[in-house]
Amino acid sequence: MKHFISIADLSRAEAESVLATSEQMAATQSRSIRKLPTLVGTTVVNLFMEDSTRTRISFEAAAKRLSADVINFSAKGSSLSKGESLKDTALTLQAMGADAVVVRSSSSGAAHLLAHSGWIDQPIVNAGDGTHEHPTQAMLDAFTLRRHLGGRTGTAGLDGLHVVIVGDILHSRVARSNVLLLSLLGARVTLVAPPALLPVASGDWPCEVSYDLDAALAQGPDAVMMLRVQRERMIGGGFFPTEGEYARRYGLSEDRAARLPDHALVLHPGPMNRGFEIAGSVADGPRSVIVEQVANGVSVRMAVLYHLLASNAREDAS
Amino acid sequence: MTTAPAPILIVGGSLYGERTADLLIQDGAIAAISAEGESLEAPAGAEVIDAAGCVILPGLVDLHTHLREPGGEEAETVDTGTRAAARGGFTAVHAMANTTPVADTAGVVEQVLRRGEEAGHCDVRPIGAVTVGLGGERMAELDAMAGSRARVRVFSDDGKCVHDPVLMRRALEYVKSFDGVIAQHAQDPRLTEGAQMHEGAVSAQLGLAGWPAVAEESIIARDVLLAEHVGSRLHVCHLSTAGSVEIVRWAKQRGVDVTCEVTPHHLMLTDELVRGYDATYKVNPPLRTAADVEAVRAGLADGTIDIVATDHAPHPRDAKDREWDQAAMGMTGLETALPVVQRTMVETGRLSWRDVARVLSEAPSRIARDTTQGRPLAVGEAANVLVWDPRPVAAVDPAAHASRSTNTPFRGRELPGRNLLTLLRGRPTVRDGLVLDRSGAPVPGERGPLPAAEED
Amino acid sequence: MNDAAHTTAVLGSDEIRRALTRIAHEILEGGHGADDLVLLGIPHRGVPLADRLAATILEAEGRPADRLRDLAGSLDITLHRDDLRRSPTRQPAPTVIPPGGVDGRTVVLVDDVLYSGRTIRAALDALSGIGRPAAVRLAVLVDRGHRELPIRADHVGKNLPTSRSERVQVRLRETDGVDEVTIARGTEGSTRA
Repeated sequence: MKHFISIADLSRAEAESVLATSEQMAATQSRSIRKLPTLVGTTVVNLFMEDSTRTRISFEAAAKRLSADVINFSAKGSSLSKGESLKDTALTLQAMGADAVVVRSSSSGAAHLLAHSGWIDQPIVNAGDGTHEHPTQAMLDAFTLRRHLGGRTGTAGLDGLHVVIVGDILHSRVARSNVLLLSLLGARVTLVAPPALLPVASGDWPCEVSYDLDAALAQGPDAVMMLRVQRERMIGGGFFPTEGEYARRYGLSEDRAARLPDHALVLHPGPMNRGFEIAGSVADGPRSVIVEQVANGVSVRMAVLYHLLASNAREDAS
Repeated sequence: MTTAPAPILIVGGSLYGERTADLLIQDGAIAAISAEGESLEAPAGAEVIDAAGCVILPGLVDLHTHLREPGGEEAETVDTGTRAAARGGFTAVHAMANTTPVADTAGVVEQVLRRGEEAGHCDVRPIGAVTVGLGGERMAELDAMAGSRARVRVFSDDGKCVHDPVLMRRALEYVKSFDGVIAQHAQDPRLTEGAQMHEGAVSAQLGLAGWPAVAEESIIARDVLLAEHVGSRLHVCHLSTAGSVEIVRWAKQRGVDVTCEVTPHHLMLTDELVRGYDATYKVNPPLRTAADVEAVRAGLADGTIDIVATDHAPHPRDAKDREWDQAAMGMTGLETALPVVQRTMVETGRLSWRDVARVLSEAPSRIARDTTQGRPLAVGEAANVLVWDPRPVAAVDPAAHASRSTNTPFRGRELPGRNLLTLLRGRPTVRDGLVLDRSGAPVPGERGPLPAAEED
Repeated sequence: MNDAAHTTAVLGSDEIRRALTRIAHEILEGGHGADDLVLLGIPHRGVPLADRLAATILEAEGRPADRLRDLAGSLDITLHRDDLRRSPTRQPAPTVIPPGGVDGRTVVLVDDVLYSGRTIRAALDALSGIGRPAAVRLAVLVDRGHRELPIRADHVGKNLPTSRSERVQVRLRETDGVDEVTIARGTEGSTRA
């Protein structure tokens, strides 16, 4: 693995390998000393052109627990806010000697562009690009599912599990990465959203599509992943009439959650709109693994950095 | 003006690809054409060009060129843009109005006309804006532009759609008095807010905001009905979808006075190319699907689509070396147009060279009511002639292009054909692929970006 | 690599069994009962060796064999290696610590071959993140010399003088289907650490 840009670039074996490493990373995080010397002497740059405190902190913690040096380069108060282009930023990072760049951008394809433009030849990790992909989020979701439900599959993947993803699929990079990864690992995925919040050609995706949350829940899924409704985008765009109508049809209420099988999990990538797409009592309830997702995010990102940086792959390639 | 050039005898070329003939060019006109099976004697002092294996066509005419001057000289100037046109075999280009300032007054269109005359690489016919500043709100002084020395007959807000149906209706009506035409950039602005690429399977995967086919088709449908209602001429720019072809076919069957164009890139390329997020492939209207490519080829072959126009849209490198959603839309096209048409339409047997003369020379001039270009290859006609060698195949190299910009989507593709000779009223503007100045010497330097010091 | 003409068998199945039995008794003779001991195998072949030693110890002390997991575990050192950037990506293996932990107990690290000593350095490093043993000992099946760090084994199955160009290969029933130790004359340096 040279870069970590899109789940579409991964084979099932590679995905399982990263999950297995994540497991070992998670194990180290319960020890008395959590810091590992693995990446000592390397420098990881967090290039965050779009604000995201949660993801940035998660990557920063992951890099530091592997003893990498971390440089945070965020939009606010930097040359990025003064209109510096991605190209000039990349050339700067290359000259500074970064060993890997973790990039978050509001532009779909930004990570891909950075990896393939020739401006910089270091490994690139996609920390979310526009409405395209958020592959480490999908890895941590898969990791969380496997930790709880792995016993039901009998494989290293998620074979036979049924996961329902609910909400704004159209604008969700989390949904795109999860559809690819969960299906790659053998899970059955159902997307549930009002029709306007599904891409026109999502019928081609390796998943089922439904407009009816209650019908999807009646199938007894093993997990339900609620997506954040980006209110500012929704109402102005006319995607649905009111928050109340959306919540009634697509919100995960206490009543809906109660109809799930006993073992079923509730996930949310955060940040949540409590009382809108998910009831507060469900988010805090026994099925919820939302807080655990955050902790697992660090382990998964440690694994991704490990796979990109702790090998001779780059030396061989150059 | 200049001294009369020596006579030129073009020997052994194939007229419209139909019959072998010799052409004698003298005093800027076609002086003689040999009869079937015969040849012509070279007059004293004549230059003889061996055109065996070549196709003789009327000089090409592009109804849709962005020369960027005034205001966008970092991307292109009238001089470099017309050089690129000459290199592509064009003897006339119609320059779109979306310059800075906008070509919405007689003064600006006359300036563009004059710059074209100074450059001398091909004729430049300015297109006037439909609305003031392309603002889509108030009609520009179309009659003043029509009556100016530039004699504007084509009006377009290209780059933006004349979206207001009342304004579109009034413009269609207004230009009737001088036999003008509105060339519509068909794009519903509300359906394409923030649009980045064709809306379909690829956009869904890439997470790029979709530019749906219906945003083009709904405007074309509305406009053909408006044109029918008011009895006006309508031209549809860069039609790109299968649905658009069907609507125009239907309108023509009803007798609506509508013409339309397709670009070379929509004849060859699909939205699959966007997968690498390389903004070279970002264009408006966007690259569509393989089914759309097939539909526009079929439409061009059966005459539903009247012409090929390049939508040559040069951009400086910095405008393309960006994240996809921040990059500029547009592709250069003048220097690859005929190779693409040869590859997609002639070599596939869908168009003859005679058809090529129609779609790339005669019909565009007729739509623009320009009686000096797109003329038949006949004795007594002005010698606007292209001698095209269809045999050589070479990889497209933007560095060799005369355009100041390098944003060609065909970079590295093997494409056929070579411009052996282009004559503008009898004067060679291109010889062996090299652009010539008025004295007949190759233009120094050919091309190249401005030195950094001059860019500020 | 395994060209038979250049490969010599050093230890067979019986010799390996005898060596391990001896090491198990040496460990017990050190004054530790099973309650004070933790045997941590270093993946991959140190793990079955630690299990075998633990089984022998349980047997010698007359304890039930199902107590094995209270005595033996594994200690993965991948994340502590100093040579990660010299090889393709190594998949980290599980670390399994017996429920009693390592604090205050004697930890015996178990590996198949002792060579440069770098693996053991990494293991000591990894161990320090897990707890604070009363003492750490080292048991290896083969010591082939050429130490690069000040490390020595407390219990050795066989001392095997080698040159750096030779390759020592340990195969075990659990991982390779057969118990044997071979030495092969190589043209390049052994890859055993």
